[in-house]
Amino acid sequence: MSFGIGALCRPITCVVLCTAVMLTSLPAKTGAQEAPPPPQSEPPAAAPSDQPAASEKAPDATQAAEPAAAGSEADEKAKGERERAAAKPMPGAEKINIVLIRELHDRAPPLSLLDIPPADDGIAGAKLAIQDNNTTGRFMKQEFVLDIVESDKPEVLAAEAVKRADGGNGFFVLDVPPKTVLAIADALKDKDAVVFNAGAPDDDLREENCRTNVKHTAPARSMLADALGQYMAWKRWSKWFLITGPQPEDKAFADAIKRAAKRFGARIVEERNFAYEPGGRRTDGGFEQVQQQIPSFTQKAPEHDVQVVADEGGLFGEYFPYRTWDAKPVIGTAGLYPTSWHPAMEQWGATQFQNRFKRISGRTMRARDYDVWTAVRAVGEAATRKKSSNVKDLIGYMRAPEFEIAAFKGQKLTFRAWNGQLRQPILLTTAKLPVTVSPQPGFLHQLTELDTLGIDKPETKCTAYATP
Amino acid sequence: MHGLRYALNRAAGRSYHSHRITPITIKERITVKRLSLAIALAGSALMAAAGSAQAVTAFVSNEKDNTITVIDMEKMEVTKTIKVGQRPRGIILTKDGKWILVCTSDDNRIEVYDAKTYEKVKILPSGPDPELFVLHPSGNPLYVANEDDNIVTVVDIQTGKVLAEVPVGVEPEGMGASPDGKYIVNTSETTNMAHFIDTKTNETVENILVDSRPRVAEFTADGKQVWVSAEIGGTVSIIDPAEKKVIHKITFEIPGVSKDAIQPVGVRILNDGSKAFVALGPANRVAVIDTKTFAVEKYLLVGQRVWNLGFTPDQKFMVTTNGTSNDVSIVDVANLKVIKSIPTGRYPWGVVIAP
Repeated sequence: MSFGIGALCRPITCVVLCTAVMLTSLPAKTGAQEAPPPPQSEPPAAAPSDQPAASEKAPDATQAAEPAAAGSEADEKAKGERERAAAKPMPGAEKINIVLIRELHDRAPPLSLLDIPPADDGIAGAKLAIQDNNTTGRFMKQEFVLDIVESDKPEVLAAEAVKRADGGNGFFVLDVPPKTVLAIADALKDKDAVVFNAGAPDDDLREENCRTNVKHTAPARSMLADALGQYMAWKRWSKWFLITGPQPEDKAFADAIKRAAKRFGARIVEERNFAYEPGGRRTDGGFEQVQQQIPSFTQKAPEHDVQVVADEGGLFGEYFPYRTWDAKPVIGTAGLYPTSWHPAMEQWGATQFQNRFKRISGRTMRARDYDVWTAVRAVGEAATRKKSSNVKDLIGYMRAPEFEIAAFKGQKLTFRAWNGQLRQPILLTTAKLPVTVSPQPGFLHQLTELDTLGIDKPETKCTAYATP
Repeated sequence: MHGLRYALNRAAGRSYHSHRITPITIKERITVKRLSLAIALAGSALMAAAGSAQAVTAFVSNEKDNTITVIDMEKMEVTKTIKVGQRPRGIILTKDGKWILVCTSDDNRIEVYDAKTYEKVKILPSGPDPELFVLHPSGNPLYVANEDDNIVTVVDIQTGKVLAEVPVGVEPEGMGASPDGKYIVNTSETTNMAHFIDTKTNETVENILVDSRPRVAEFTADGKQVWVSAEIGGTVSIIDPAEKKVIHKITFEIPGVSKDAIQPVGVRILNDGSKAFVALGPANRVAVIDTKTFAVEKYLLVGQRVWNLGFTPDQKFMVTTNGTSNDVSIVDVANLKVIKSIPTGRYPWGVVIAP
């Protein structure tokens, strides 16, 4: 069944839509004017040289009386300064360059203003990881340097990556679409370089199109869907009414949901396609119509426990909660959704991590920031453990089974040896708070419960790793 | 025997309420049966202890309740709940036994309570987000790990003055003092190092890499070793402070428990140097380690997500804080048996026991 409703309200929303498009395309305008863009070099997160060491500071005059409330603006500023000072490299430190590659592309703005990505989405995560790496690096005589390359042209990005690899850079963190991941990975195939995919959830990059020089810190779609599926099984919500958007990634998400349903004993009682005009944000005076449309769209569905929305772009899914015909919870890409990170996550020591992020970027941390942070931290962790800045050594060590990183998820994270995917717990969250973390209790595995999320070794279609 | 029945119900209730339907639960149930035997056996030992001991008192900080649970260790019962500042975590006793010091992390300060009357004595500055702290063996000053600020703050507990701020790694946490007072060892959770701070100069003199997310640093009584637990790494590194080198790494393996759930946090070592105890977090076990061979002798099943440990002054009993089951377990140290669970506030975090 398919309902076309986008055309209904287009005229009303044009003004708002145009403003939103301008907002989101800002990074594109700054980064990618004429090709090739001048690659921006980011100086290491170093402190101003006149920054006194904290130990030389006059002791706080606070007496036995109530100390001044911490958390004030001045207080946070002082902490930020100390953090930068602590990350200041030692003289003569060995340099380790990490290249962050971003493809700038126009995309339809998500429904909620809250979801519009900031211009430094991902970049801020890289900057924090560089600072965190350098704090350890100071003790190890290592210095991590971030180099950012941005363009709207995949071929430019690939050429820039090759140029840098030839210049001795070995670590490339990508926030690019799946096709560009493959283009860059293949361009760097015969070089001493490793690519981290921190942006694309597509399973084929880990499966039939896997590459041995690619690691994935972004969770695969199948992991995200399984995380939801396990929680639905735990809640015994076994009848799912699936609503799928028209975009290819919506179909891919829906496929992952169908796979999860099969794995965890749920049933898709119906799949309904939601058609809309891309970018048709019905904001201005839109609620009256949406209030009519969503109930009628979700009418006459077979009996179900939850409605699963597949809308990766955030273009219509947020219309569903509280508007569906049947009073059922909405999950999927709206309502309760799976993600690698949430700005309100505070478990497992994450509070300090969130605070540091806020101090360095002036905003809260998004999933993209976290996925990039993890990639850049992986390089730092390898350099620390291996006590080396040699690209070959570090790439080799990151492939070793003992390689692990701590990333505020309550357990060590490791890479799957058969396809390079980072194993990680997945948060299930609402817009405001994490609700639970999968794997759920009771889902067991002979090696690690984390492998109950996503495509496991016996099912993998990735053969590249089998014959090294 | 009411208390004993309670302990049993409590233990059984734990496995009933947890939503697991895994072999682990079965294993736990078997151990619960064994526990009943252990309790019966330990009853006599308890009576004996009760006769000789003074009013030994355990203080447990409850992270989510903003309270301290006071437990009479003679009767093994809760006698009082003290309301304190926000997010109480690290808790210690002054060397003279008069004061209880507690880090109230979200209030960015240290609160001082009288160990006998439980009245608030004063407030000490701590630097931001204090988590764990340690006193110099001489009794003063206090060294505080500021988790959100990459520093260790040195505070005079008498005058309440901040004496120094020592820059360390990212997310400072564990604090240990060498018995001779020369060094303070701080662990940094994200830098993954044990930082040796010279107490004369208040500067770091050595930084030793350990496994991921080091939580606690504990010196042996003879000062010849520092034990550093790594929560995510799943290991305990034994450092020789003279050589400033890791001389051994202890790993853990528990049949039926996922390796990812084995997360060492609290470490306590008997004064006679014979045994060490390591709390293993969500593995719900405390490992008993032979300090001569570093071999794990036994795993004691306690409550859920066990984090910190504390001995009674005579070291006959040990209290474990079980964060997610909201209780403490009491361990009979000589017989290596868990003899009782006592309910606390929510998310019990740290424990200290006063004579």
